[in-house]
Amino acid sequence: MSTKRSFKVRTNFHQAKWDEELIFELHKPGERGFVVAPVEKGIEAEVGNGLSALPAHMIRQKAPDLPEVGQMRVVKHFMRLSQENLGGDLNIDIGQGTCTMKYNPKINDVLASNPKLARLHPLQDERTVQGALEVLYSLDLYMREISGMDRFSFQPASGSGAILNMVSIIQAYHRDRGEAETRDEIITTIFSHPSDAAAAAVKGYKVITLMQNEDGLPTVEDLRKVVGPRTAGLLITNPEDTGIFNPHIAEFVRLVQEAGGLCGYDQANVNGLMGITRAKEAGFDMCFFNLHKTFGTPHGCGGPAGGALGVTKALQDFMPVPLVEFDGRTYSLNENVSKSIGKTRSFYGTVQVALKAYAWVRALGAEGLREVSEIAVLNNNYVLEKIKKIRGASAPYARGRRRIEQVRYSWEQLHQDTGVTTEDIALRMADYGMHLWSSHHPFIVPQPFTIEPTESYSKEELDEYVAVLTKISEEAYTEPETVKTAPHRSVCRKIDHHDFDDPAKWAITWRLYKRKHLAKNP
Amino acid sequence: MTERRAHPYIPNSVPRVKAEMLAEIGARDVDELYGDIPESLRFRGKMDIPGPIASESLLKKHVEGILAKNTSCEEATSFLGAGCYNHYVPVICDEINRRSEFITAYAGEPYEDFGRFQVLWEYESLMAELLDMDICNVPTYDWFQAASTSLRMSGRYTGRGKALLAANISPDRLKAIRNYCQPVLMIETVAFDPKTGLMELADLQAKLSSDVAAVYFENPGYLGFLETQGQRIADLAHAAGALLVVGADPNSLGVLTPPSQYGADLVCGDIQTLGNHMSFGGGMGGFIATRDEEKLVMEYPSRLFGISTTEVPGEYGFGDVAYDRTSFAHREKGKEFIGTAAALHGITACVYLALMGPVGMQELGVHLLQKAQYLAKKLSAIKGVRAPGLESPFYKEFVVDFNGTGRTVAEINGALLEHRIFGGKDLSKDFPVLGQSALYCVTELVSQEEIDRFVTVLNDIVGGK
Repeated sequence: MSTKRSFKVRTNFHQAKWDEELIFELHKPGERGFVVAPVEKGIEAEVGNGLSALPAHMIRQKAPDLPEVGQMRVVKHFMRLSQENLGGDLNIDIGQGTCTMKYNPKINDVLASNPKLARLHPLQDERTVQGALEVLYSLDLYMREISGMDRFSFQPASGSGAILNMVSIIQAYHRDRGEAETRDEIITTIFSHPSDAAAAAVKGYKVITLMQNEDGLPTVEDLRKVVGPRTAGLLITNPEDTGIFNPHIAEFVRLVQEAGGLCGYDQANVNGLMGITRAKEAGFDMCFFNLHKTFGTPHGCGGPAGGALGVTKALQDFMPVPLVEFDGRTYSLNENVSKSIGKTRSFYGTVQVALKAYAWVRALGAEGLREVSEIAVLNNNYVLEKIKKIRGASAPYARGRRRIEQVRYSWEQLHQDTGVTTEDIALRMADYGMHLWSSHHPFIVPQPFTIEPTESYSKEELDEYVAVLTKISEEAYTEPETVKTAPHRSVCRKIDHHDFDDPAKWAITWRLYKRKHLAKNP
Repeated sequence: MTERRAHPYIPNSVPRVKAEMLAEIGARDVDELYGDIPESLRFRGKMDIPGPIASESLLKKHVEGILAKNTSCEEATSFLGAGCYNHYVPVICDEINRRSEFITAYAGEPYEDFGRFQVLWEYESLMAELLDMDICNVPTYDWFQAASTSLRMSGRYTGRGKALLAANISPDRLKAIRNYCQPVLMIETVAFDPKTGLMELADLQAKLSSDVAAVYFENPGYLGFLETQGQRIADLAHAAGALLVVGADPNSLGVLTPPSQYGADLVCGDIQTLGNHMSFGGGMGGFIATRDEEKLVMEYPSRLFGISTTEVPGEYGFGDVAYDRTSFAHREKGKEFIGTAAALHGITACVYLALMGPVGMQELGVHLLQKAQYLAKKLSAIKGVRAPGLESPFYKEFVVDFNGTGRTVAEINGALLEHRIFGGKDLSKDFPVLGQSALYCVTELVSQEEIDRFVTVLNDIVGGK
């Protein structure tokens, strides 16, 4: 067979379009999708209908207005809607930069749905959950190796949840030292995730945001101007959404720590750095990883996710409870963490997600993890060189330098030349079975888009994605209307967004839709 | 030629491909790509992580070997509840939530991920019917987060800085609420009657003032009982200008009066009980519901998906309602924060409610009432055991008072475990006022036969054999 594999632009792609009804429109009185088992006759004989034990006002008088639909039609409804969803297995999903859309191994879903985990209750006797605790403890050990931190918790349900934990620890730490009142500022950067700023504000902090310089990086000089006795902490990503590694990161950390603050490393995405550089070397007090990004667990349309929160020994006493302990023979849950911030999520976090991450790490081993990072970085720089050649596209900042795992690009030139926007292009991408995301707000980079190739895609798939971007760029210059009126081969055409911001018209539920729209146009 | 083979997850690690790509970008080696990282920050050691298990069959064997050390509720008779419940999960729920298109998708727009928008909008809609409220959000993490955010929303809505919470809510939930609401809301608890579990209205009245943003209780309460004074609590809260926030188990609402009908302004809770597996506590998902009042809606930090039209007549479109509220739009100036939470659990709950319909939800509620009442009746026949331990009606779980047996709950549960029975959650530490009591829960997965066997075993244990 040939050693070359070709690729093609899928000009004949069309996403499934079923014109599927809303579930409420499928209602047919008398049909049903499921029968709940009645209780045994002996029970009924002893206690009667169950309802008679309740005071009348606690019994629901009118049944909920849920649709009645036969089982097969319910299945068909959701199957059709699933076909109207692209998902990572069908997509070359590198257009959702910052989110590390990589392959989610199927075996891990199978393992997590094992009844030995799926049907495990969190309050069972510890003797009956040793396997689950072993997974959490072992994953903690692996995370320590990847980060250099001393202890991990998997309680945070997501990256934002982990940020909230970091901010809570910062606050508890200063309270413990009697400085909570005076230290009321948290510093972050504009290219760090919005939740770094938002979660800090939730905990009452004044947020100071450092802007980027011409290299796309925050500067030590700007930090010096704002750091001081009011600094509670620093929350920073590196590399930020631009994919440019900040070589002065250790200096940032040192300055904040010298001023008495704590430093939290937002490593939601560590996909380019495993085995390359760690939170420890840069001096951080804390870090976190998103299991649903780097560690191969699926994103589930927006969760369940997982945040692995790591801290140095000095902060261990502030961690959320419980921690998983191991005495060499038995695993246990430790609720006695002296200065704990308490709990931020029920029980022990999304354990089924942690199990998938565990399996992913074990499938790769230390060298495999490093190879994941190296190939993710190689793929990124490969795509970077190709995108730079696309007419109207550019990669702002740090010209001539390599990037780590992703790049924030710009269609600004194309926009000026043709009037076509990133949003137009994103919609046109759907016609080729692909997705393109812009960036977090605010749009510091004009007409932004963010590409993160990860390690999962073959060279040909990367070539295909770039070829589609190239084709759409050509379309923008030659037939801009095609792009501006996209999508043409997707589930639906351009959506009217006016109703979404009008309280008189927004219809967040079926009952509001009926009240605001159907009642007027029967 | 034996060329090194790539790891199945890393196609471009084929040496020839790697070399080709490096050549194409003009790099000597991969290390050159890391040129921006100062040597002082480079990790030159070796991560101490065991070697790869690249073969799927071996990986499966390895992980299953670890999981084999667990004993699941499938292999035992479980009476555990306390916030996570062993309900039956219809196979169609798993069939849909394992669909590759849903499980591997993330943040696409309706133009490629139309399905998730429609399903989550239907989820919001079905929940709204179940709760008899206008609006429900795209799921947040869990009940902890939903309750915490509901209280913060109340604080912003009223411009006040205190919340009054029933003292017998879940202690862990209280911990989370305290942490999350600090520093904008002072959290104060309202006493309960240890005989009934009900809120002490005199204490509530004494603590209500013009700085109280919200009153919060749970129904069914964490201790299983029904708070029957909902309307009176609502009236007292409203008279003081506060909002009423009620935490509820949505799977009870086929039979129980929804909190909106006794005055709740916000209702929150967990959707684990709607078709999501327990997964050692991982299967949670939070909901927040309100009426359709602009001022209140604008306080949600969550995604709210709405339905709209497209350029094509008769075609539905979906999108974010009032996106400007969120931290995605305005970072620290948005409402709290938003990120990845528990969407797939919302999709699952949507499938569950579509399958169950109004009749299924009612059948489920009746089933659980009957079974819990049966269990209580059988337990109360044992000498020294009082069930329910609180003199109030209950739904699917209730307090069992073992004080009269002279045995601790820990001893009893230890003995039950030898019979593969998971006794109820020990309450002695969290609620010392109840002494040696445990929280027992039944679901449709515990049969009469299992209950009867359990009662016999327990009788032996507390009778000293």
